[in-house]
Amino acid sequence: MTIALALEQLLNGLQLGVMLFLMAAGLTLIFGVMGLINLAHGSLYMVGAFACATVAAWTGSFWIGLVASLVAAAAAGAIVELVVIRRLYDRDHLDQVLATFALILMFSEGTRWLFGSFPLYLDIPPLLQGAVGLPGGTEYPVYRLAIIAAGALVAFGLYMLISRTRLGMRIRAGESDREMIGALGVDIRTLYTVVFALGAALAGFAGAMVGAIQSVQVGMGEPVLILAFVVIVIGGIGSIKGALLGALLVGVTDTMGRFLLPKLMLLFVPPAQAGMIGGAIASMLIYIVMAVILAVKPRGLFPPAHA
Amino acid sequence: MKKMLAAASLALSLSASGLAFAEPLKIGMITTLSGGGAGLGIDTRDGFMLAIKNAGNKDITVVTEDDAQKPELAVQIADKMIQSDKVDILTGIVWSNLLMAVAPSAVAQGKFYVSTNAAPAALAGANCNKLYFNAAYQNDNLHEAMGEYANKGYKKMFILAPNYPAGKDSLTGFKRYYKGQLAAEVYTQVGQTDYAAEIAQMRASGADGIFVFLPGGMGIAFMKQFAQSGVKIPVMGPGFSFSQDVLPAIGDAALGAKASGQWAPDFDNAASKKFLADFQKEYNRLPSIYAVQAYDAAQLILAAASKASVKDAAAFGTELKKADIQSPRGKFKFNTNQHPIQDIYLTEVVKNNGVLTNKTVEKIFADHGDAYAKDCKL
Repeated sequence: MTIALALEQLLNGLQLGVMLFLMAAGLTLIFGVMGLINLAHGSLYMVGAFACATVAAWTGSFWIGLVASLVAAAAAGAIVELVVIRRLYDRDHLDQVLATFALILMFSEGTRWLFGSFPLYLDIPPLLQGAVGLPGGTEYPVYRLAIIAAGALVAFGLYMLISRTRLGMRIRAGESDREMIGALGVDIRTLYTVVFALGAALAGFAGAMVGAIQSVQVGMGEPVLILAFVVIVIGGIGSIKGALLGALLVGVTDTMGRFLLPKLMLLFVPPAQAGMIGGAIASMLIYIVMAVILAVKPRGLFPPAHA
Repeated sequence: MKKMLAAASLALSLSASGLAFAEPLKIGMITTLSGGGAGLGIDTRDGFMLAIKNAGNKDITVVTEDDAQKPELAVQIADKMIQSDKVDILTGIVWSNLLMAVAPSAVAQGKFYVSTNAAPAALAGANCNKLYFNAAYQNDNLHEAMGEYANKGYKKMFILAPNYPAGKDSLTGFKRYYKGQLAAEVYTQVGQTDYAAEIAQMRASGADGIFVFLPGGMGIAFMKQFAQSGVKIPVMGPGFSFSQDVLPAIGDAALGAKASGQWAPDFDNAASKKFLADFQKEYNRLPSIYAVQAYDAAQLILAAASKASVKDAAAFGTELKKADIQSPRGKFKFNTNQHPIQDIYLTEVVKNNGVLTNKTVEKIFADHGDAYAKDCKL
């Protein structure tokens, strides 16, 4: 094992982490402000990817597709909030889970009805094609570096939005005391719609970015949704900072586990079994990490102060 | 010549549609029509229904249900089809883990199961059953062919498959024929979408060839990511990795990839040309190997049903085993364990009039059976 390989795997872990952060940020924001568990977040990720693939195919430009993914996911989010989610804030978490689970099924079958069952084609824009040299002599795909950069920008933007703007102030106020900011005359209903659309847009953005290197297909959001839930549980539900650190932790742990565990098992068992056993443990690793963290800190790494 | 052809095809169609079955036949198709694996199930259903439609027989009904790639759902559907729909034959399951949940109990209840794709080793050897037929292959076959192909010119292979029964069968099959050195043997999660960690290992492994078995969306994600990684090692795989259901989504990243298959759209025989033309006319797309396999499964059932009643299991089984069909694959017959003996070819992904498809390169195996038939006592 060389330094170059370790560095490449670390970057892979970071990139996965950043992508998870884009998903987890919206999820945790929505939970933090509105106290809502949104299982349909993965569907908004899918909406982003499909919008990007469709518009990119029409116009020939990935960038217009990317803008379309933001618009489509935010619009889908706003509509869903106005029509369905709005009725769920005062209800029990179980009702929210059932209703948003129903939304997953509707989004999936609706997408299949519109686009068919075969995966769509979405390619990386020419500007970000290919690989660049890294120190140590190895190469790394430009596009993955771009995902890391985009994720870092979004994280910074979210931080500025929440700590420096009036909207951010209201979001923070909404997190600490919903009734009070309503009583102070803030239009809480509009605020909720805006926050939901913002979370949806982040998920759609993640879907479009990742769609270009994965498969744009119905049901693509659910595996990511599970990881995003792991991230926000580790980070502390409702905390953006927790989501960022949780996402990076999960991304790096998962990648390094897949890379190192089979090698570790080689010390004990023959190669064929090492691959199988190592691979099996690697797939459990992030859940083991989550269990350990919850055993030590039951409310996650950065629980919001009020909850 | 044209007249002769017309007369021949007329005679053929008359003989097919003119036959009345001894008794009405009811087939239950359980396949994956929703979720990430839906492309495979839809091709299975469409290929099967094409043969049924071509036969034009009113005595035959097919009930189709979606298993959503979930074993527990497949079991429920199978129970319902056997108990309340009273089907005679079950078919259609794409995934080996689902098949293992359904087929053994269906045959135990005296129903035929004719597999259109899944072919786990567990049902091909000592646990073979006279009511269980496989019209596709045995899971190991296409991987064995790639192992044989890799012997020519590849000294150190990196092999990768998902961690589930067919994934293990895959790498076992590859290693059964591959004589060179292995750089690494890696198992990934089923449904994994990011392969950066594995691609980095490929880059560092010093391998001169890569064999991947990643059906459906997994293969799309892998090939797109591999193309961007700057790793220049040639990639090969079984036909599923580059089948017609995934090629449009992978795009040009798949060009030049070598794979193994029992059929490709450029096969030069009358049955293949007819199948290809009919399928394109009916569904307006190119068929995948899943469609061919299901088409043959339906042809096998139709051929047997025209000779024997499905209620007489022994006679129907004997007729099924004769495999009296014109397969698009060319030669096709059943082995002692009721899995196919067939030719397996090397194919290459090419662009034909702007459409990505597979072209036949050479024959790897002639009349290839499987390694488990010797343990089957039928």
